[in-house]
Amino acid sequence: MVAPLGGEAALIAIDRIFLHERTGAAALNSLAAAGRGVADPSRVFCVMDHIVDTRPGRGDATLMPGGQAFITETRAACRAAGITLFDVGDPDQGIVHVVSPELGIVLPGCTLIAPDSHTCTQGAFGALAWGIGSSEAEHAMATGTLRVARPKTMRVTFTGALRPGVTPKDMILALIAHHGAGGGKGHVVEFTGAAVCDLDMEGRMTLCNMATEFSAMTGIIAPDEATFAYLAGRRYAPDPLPDWSGLRSDADAAFDAEIAIDAGSIAPMVGWGTSPEHSAPIDAAVPEDAPRRPLDYMGLAPGQPLAGLPIDAAFIGSCTNSRLSDLRRAAALLRGHRVAPGVVALCVPGSQAVKRAAEAEGLDRIFTDAGFEWRESGCSLCFYAGGEGFKPGSRVISSTNRNFEGRQGPGIRTHIASPETVAASAIAGEIADPRGLAA
Amino acid sequence: MTPFTILSAVAVPLIRDNVDTDAIIPSREMKSTGKTGLADGLFAAWRYREGRVPDPDFALNRPQYHDARILLGGVNFGCGSSREHAVWALAEYGFRAVIAKSFAPIFAGNCVRNGIVPVALDAVEEIADGNPVTIDLPAQTVSLPDGRTWHFAIGAEAKAMLIEGLDAIDLTLKHAPEIAAWQARDRAARPWIYLGIYLGEGV
Repeated sequence: MVAPLGGEAALIAIDRIFLHERTGAAALNSLAAAGRGVADPSRVFCVMDHIVDTRPGRGDATLMPGGQAFITETRAACRAAGITLFDVGDPDQGIVHVVSPELGIVLPGCTLIAPDSHTCTQGAFGALAWGIGSSEAEHAMATGTLRVARPKTMRVTFTGALRPGVTPKDMILALIAHHGAGGGKGHVVEFTGAAVCDLDMEGRMTLCNMATEFSAMTGIIAPDEATFAYLAGRRYAPDPLPDWSGLRSDADAAFDAEIAIDAGSIAPMVGWGTSPEHSAPIDAAVPEDAPRRPLDYMGLAPGQPLAGLPIDAAFIGSCTNSRLSDLRRAAALLRGHRVAPGVVALCVPGSQAVKRAAEAEGLDRIFTDAGFEWRESGCSLCFYAGGEGFKPGSRVISSTNRNFEGRQGPGIRTHIASPETVAASAIAGEIADPRGLAA
Repeated sequence: MTPFTILSAVAVPLIRDNVDTDAIIPSREMKSTGKTGLADGLFAAWRYREGRVPDPDFALNRPQYHDARILLGGVNFGCGSSREHAVWALAEYGFRAVIAKSFAPIFAGNCVRNGIVPVALDAVEEIADGNPVTIDLPAQTVSLPDGRTWHFAIGAEAKAMLIEGLDAIDLTLKHAPEIAAWQARDRAARPWIYLGIYLGEGV
């Protein structure tokens, strides 16, 4: 804390700032227009991920009308401000929340902000990382600080162990389904318990990624040996790593709210509505008391089983589930199978580094042999920006984080699920339980 | 930023839970890198029918709500994407306040930075049947013409910024000496945080 501001508010130092091309130019241009500079450009990074094309052979051109201007203006603004940019064609390009950990930009105990709601992903490293708007990004760049009201705290403890075929995506969907999309109430949520400690760093990122879908300020996980092993040797991480082992909640720490969930009770989850809270175990049915509006949008009826629902498309990607371990698990199910006739299937690796590693293992061939398109890295069809899109009215099984009305395009019906469930469903041509496919 | 003290205005009900920022301003309506030209795209997927014809059934299109400057929402209003365009679109359309059962945190912060008052109150259904609605920010009350009044909570910092229409960056830059002193101490304690080596800093 740099200075108290009265009441619950304080001026706190911001250690890392990440921008992307969707809002980067707006923030940097607005700052420049106000005659303000970036206080410390060495700690501000930018990446092209949100609207950059993901088709092979891409350049600055995008299918989104006017999309190229976001890329060229962001590039020019980054150059003018002296900010490190991971540009289109850069070997480090990728989705911001995939790239930042890969390069060791996020570190335990640091504060990191980005004008992107899924910045909470990076709380997996024991950082206070959260999404903000453009004005706050400008404030942080100009001053190296943010004015923040002390957030309330919540502890979510996942006890026990996950059953086979159940993933971190299912953990977070189960939490949101039980406690509501508003359940996090702006708190900082610490994820803990045996089932969380058992997760690798990529799994922890998936868990923290959807803290914003829980309406939390952010999610955070205490750093441990897995964290330190992941960060050691990364480009922007200190060498040797300092001792971060003390960065954990006290054993007797008091939280404003507590939730406990038995991880062993969680089944693979799939969305049935238009909020992540509209999620249910894959072997369940649409709830009898489901509200009408989301069901009308989704073309579903109360009591309708989720498994067996025919799909038109399958998408594996996004800052939730596009890392190497996600692709490995999906590929293990796809190997030797074909996507069902008529189903459009896309795999979009989270970064160029993920893509290269996957290709070195031959995962790209497994995806393409199965009938998936294999893309360049980016946010891609996690959201529809007016360019490339699924056929209107499509029912899509998607490893993304949001199933809002129109999120993936006008009239698109999005069912969010784990990469395993997306892979199993793509093969079956209908929503399918991945536990039925032997990996 | 326009200061906000007391506003009496028509409130339009959009009382649904989890109204997300993709609904408030769809990504495809964010057509330029600037902060303007967004009001036309506000609630585009709900506000227009095929061919961008206004849907007469959507609340904002009903004649009695044409002059609305207050928006009424449900639980977790403004969830989803952090896009400040959602708030810029609301402001450009003419909204000065949103009264909702609860707010997503990033959206509420964006409101404050743009002079829109986020009022968290459970009684939105009651408030919806009593136009015009008066928001008294200094007193932290919402009242109806029949005298019914509700008190709401808002952080002291947010309240002061809204009432005085302050620019947060200007305000913070007054702390420049404290920020510099803090960074000098922190650079010794956590050198790995500082990535730039600048001439004259003797690092």
